[in-house]
Amino acid sequence: MTPLRLFLVFFVCALCIACGNAPLRGAGDLGIVVERESGCVTLVDTSARAAYGRVCGLGDLSHAHAVFSRDARYAYVFGRDGGLTKVDLLAARIARRIVQSGNAIGGAISQNGRLVVAQNYVPGGIKAFDADTLDFVAEVPAEYAPGLFSKVVGLADAPGQRFAYALFDGGEIWVSDFSDPRHPTTRRFPAGRQPYDGLVTPDGRHYLAGLFGEDGVALLDLWRPDEGSRKILIGYGAHDEKMPVYKMPHLRGWALASGKAWLPAVGHNEVIALDAANWHQAARIPVRGQPVFVMARPDGRQVWVNFALPDNGKVDVIDTLNGRVMRRLEPGHAILHLEFTPRGEEVWLSARDDDKVTVLDTETFAPLATLPVPRPSGIFFTSRAHRIGF
Amino acid sequence: MRKTTLALVMKLAASFAFAGESPPAPPPDRQRELVQFVRQDCGACHGLGLAGGLGPSLLPSALEQWPPEALALTIHEGRPDTPMPPWRRFLSEAETLWIAQRLKEGFPR
Repeated sequence: MTPLRLFLVFFVCALCIACGNAPLRGAGDLGIVVERESGCVTLVDTSARAAYGRVCGLGDLSHAHAVFSRDARYAYVFGRDGGLTKVDLLAARIARRIVQSGNAIGGAISQNGRLVVAQNYVPGGIKAFDADTLDFVAEVPAEYAPGLFSKVVGLADAPGQRFAYALFDGGEIWVSDFSDPRHPTTRRFPAGRQPYDGLVTPDGRHYLAGLFGEDGVALLDLWRPDEGSRKILIGYGAHDEKMPVYKMPHLRGWALASGKAWLPAVGHNEVIALDAANWHQAARIPVRGQPVFVMARPDGRQVWVNFALPDNGKVDVIDTLNGRVMRRLEPGHAILHLEFTPRGEEVWLSARDDDKVTVLDTETFAPLATLPVPRPSGIFFTSRAHRIGF
Repeated sequence: MRKTTLALVMKLAASFAFAGESPPAPPPDRQRELVQFVRQDCGACHGLGLAGGLGPSLLPSALEQWPPEALALTIHEGRPDTPMPPWRRFLSEAETLWIAQRLKEGFPR
């Protein structure tokens, strides 16, 4: 090798080192914790059980929700104030941000990852954006009667570039097909009084809308939409008086485990187990408060439940084999949300009033780590990128 | 319909225990708790900035037509056929009225 060639080799190596100073890494074990007051998200590494960055300037993040690009690099954060922010998890910065409405309540990403859809309270409806650029693509106003627009809840992605959602004021389930992204087509189905949230089953087949204004759940078979929607669990709470509901439950942490679906009972200190084969009630499990999130560990062996005021410092863990509470925890003050690591060996819980996130082992229930996060609420891991309905 | 409801609320408000003269304000520590309570727990439905969510806006501009006593009654007793629950389990009548008065003038941070 001549001296000149040797020099060139060294020069090229030096260049490579200079420009590639950030080591390559994947994004499959990353996630965000929403800080509901500061307008920031804390970026977390679930392998290291640590925060590695913080991104601010996301607006009003009370009740914020996030979905992920299919490469798991970007989080799309939906703010309460209609802000939609695309956060680059690897570069730890905002990639793009728009304000798409005045009052929003979350969103979803399409099956092929190309459309991000926001659900809005004001103006009521859904809006679709290009996942790369956040450019507006199309919208479906939730005009359920001439001149009357409904708040939209329970937006979930379904196979076939479809999105299913419920109209709180309109009492309907709508399914919009974005196969032709600029010209969505929508089918309407009756739901019942005041649907408050909805979900799609992990196989993408069924959409369920929980009803607030009556005891029951609306069910739609997305494989056979021509059969229409029907009501299940009618009068599930008739055995005792409905209590005041101090926090609306969520269905987003859909729990399907051991052949049963596990749902919060509205206004009762109970979790309802449904036989997923026929949608009949299989059991009512007494718990220590009114459930907010009822979430299955990814393997379905346990279901974790947090509660509304005044029991929001408690978490109950249900054994899905025998349908009984196996563990009662008090992991902090105001437990707003929980998220499992991709295969469920650990769970992260946000304790709003303690300004911390706690990581627990789901077998031993031993605390493994505590992260200081100001006013934490929703925790979202990139493993959601590859799950239907998350 | 709306007018009837309004009239009914006014009538009920007039019968609310402390209508007329204001009870003493809660002590400063409790006031701080109440501010947090409203921002966080009312904010779950009405928005952290109280500009509205599933529940309506609680900004002064949205509450102009309601006297504080009517607001206090709504907080205390809830609103039937809506998701608004009665909060009396967590708040005394004096605290409820204090919150209603603060909402009218722009709620503290």
